[in-house]
Amino acid sequence: MTRRDQVPRNRIAEFFDREDVLGYTLLIPVAILLGIFVGYPFIYGVWLALTDTRIADSTSGNFVGLENFERLLFRDSIFIQALKNSFFYTAVTTVFKFVLGLLMAAVLNLKFRGNRYVRSATLLPWIIPTVLSTLAWRWMFDGSFSVFNWMLRQVGIVGPSWLGSWPWPFISIMIVNIWRGMPFFGVSFLAGMQTISQELYEAAMIDGSTAWQRFWYITLPLLRPVIIVVLLLSTILTFADFQIVYALTGGGPANQTHLLATYSYQIGLRGLEIGVGAAISLFLFPVLAVIVFLTLLSLRRDD
Amino acid sequence: MSKSSKFLRSFIRVYLPVIFICVITLFPFYWMVLTAFKENRELNDTVMNPFIFNMPPTWEHFEFLFVKTKYATWIVNTLLVSIISTTVSVLVSIMAGYSLGRLRFRGANWLGWAIFVTYLVPPTLLFIPLTEVVSKIDLPLNIWKGDLTPQPILNSIWSLILVYPTFLVPFGTWLLIGYFKGIPRELEESALVDGATRIQAMTKIIVPLALPGLLSVAIFAFTLSWNEFIYALVFISDVETKTVPVGVISELIRGDVFFWGELMAGALLGSVPVAIIYSFFVDYFVSGLTAGAVKG
Repeated sequence: MTRRDQVPRNRIAEFFDREDVLGYTLLIPVAILLGIFVGYPFIYGVWLALTDTRIADSTSGNFVGLENFERLLFRDSIFIQALKNSFFYTAVTTVFKFVLGLLMAAVLNLKFRGNRYVRSATLLPWIIPTVLSTLAWRWMFDGSFSVFNWMLRQVGIVGPSWLGSWPWPFISIMIVNIWRGMPFFGVSFLAGMQTISQELYEAAMIDGSTAWQRFWYITLPLLRPVIIVVLLLSTILTFADFQIVYALTGGGPANQTHLLATYSYQIGLRGLEIGVGAAISLFLFPVLAVIVFLTLLSLRRDD
Repeated sequence: MSKSSKFLRSFIRVYLPVIFICVITLFPFYWMVLTAFKENRELNDTVMNPFIFNMPPTWEHFEFLFVKTKYATWIVNTLLVSIISTTVSVLVSIMAGYSLGRLRFRGANWLGWAIFVTYLVPPTLLFIPLTEVVSKIDLPLNIWKGDLTPQPILNSIWSLILVYPTFLVPFGTWLLIGYFKGIPRELEESALVDGATRIQAMTKIIVPLALPGLLSVAIFAFTLSWNEFIYALVFISDVETKTVPVGVISELIRGDVFFWGELMAGALLGSVPVAIIYSFFVDYFVSGLTAGAVKG
């Protein structure tokens, strides 16, 4: 401590020494930031979705009620496809990421040489800018030069056109998402597993349990809080995903592989119909709200 | 059991799955490196074994990036945006985290949850209205040149610097609340008894003790800013102002022709900074990553 602390206090310093005053004051920056760039845009987005606003069109911006939503739900087959895709994409990739992440954590939890390095390296897909690694995948899925098809050709199989004809482009997108998301699951589960006491396993082994029983009756139940949070976080990010589709297929071919976010970008910013675009991204909201609610519920119970 | 069969068993049970995991997670990066150093003639060949260099490696794709494109500028832009928004976010998060984690006042708990909820809001929900909001903001961007005239921030890196903290701060605050809560109250109280003000106790005692947490937040924030894509894509249209992820995908893909050598060279270089930072701070990174999940 410096001598400066001995200086007699003035009124202002005393005022800021009150816990409530200092508490609220320290929250001013975050309140301004989140108010301007999260709270206000959200309300503004709801308003935009109820108007016919177009970019660079001063005659637009009129209130049209639910017309945008009506158009999307009843007269836009691409939107319906994007909506279905978003749900399907989230459900399928989450199941894979969960199972593969558990397996990955179980393997990385074993004792072996270079354990530390392997653990660090496996998180790379999650660290590297998604668009850039997705571009590498796009090259590996290339129509003529796909390395997967080169390998298949060596054993006499004609590989699929990965980014060409349905359903392969959609499968490719899901592969990339699973590849990128699995390490997050794996490393989180691993961190959870390492907090489980070894004594539990030893006791169970003395009682003659099988490895499967130990996993099912010890690891899985104790991992529950981690599993819930990881699943919820991942569901939000996957359902709202943009980058993988944008970098891999751009929503094509023939708009078959759009997700809500990419379609909202295409209509709202590329197509200039910003009101409709805002309406599309609002479809993310109900799912988000349910998941936020579940997350809060699970965290509160753990407290 | 003989020694060799014991080794074989551990190889099959442990090392084989480990190798399998490594191959799956790292293969795309191997492919990125390989492609970045291959000549176009080799890349456009469908017969040669693509897993090895059949011709001598070349630097030509990297040369192209720095001579014919604005790649160097994109790197500088991304660095500036990441460093400034990380610094701002860490400062704001310290303030909010300290307030919500250590001070007792009405509504603290409720406000903490509100910040957590904004952490869960994905950028794709807000990017359209946010673009409109950002397009209406004018700031004196050349203030350091003595020019006070407000200019639109859209299409300047300042739009990103202002907006990135919106997803960095909620995460940082949430992580730091946990760190600050874990520091014993007595430390602070004895400083207060000794005549320190609360702010002094915070900046000189509590914040230094939370240094590992601050490092986690900073590293995480830097990585998230470096990797951010959708806001950078939407807010910036000027070639000179782009960030690496956006520059690579929008400027290196020209029409229907893909120059994979250059693209992979650009992707590789754009991945190196985060990979280096990550390799130095793995433990902080993992503790940041799992903070939400494990600590809850």
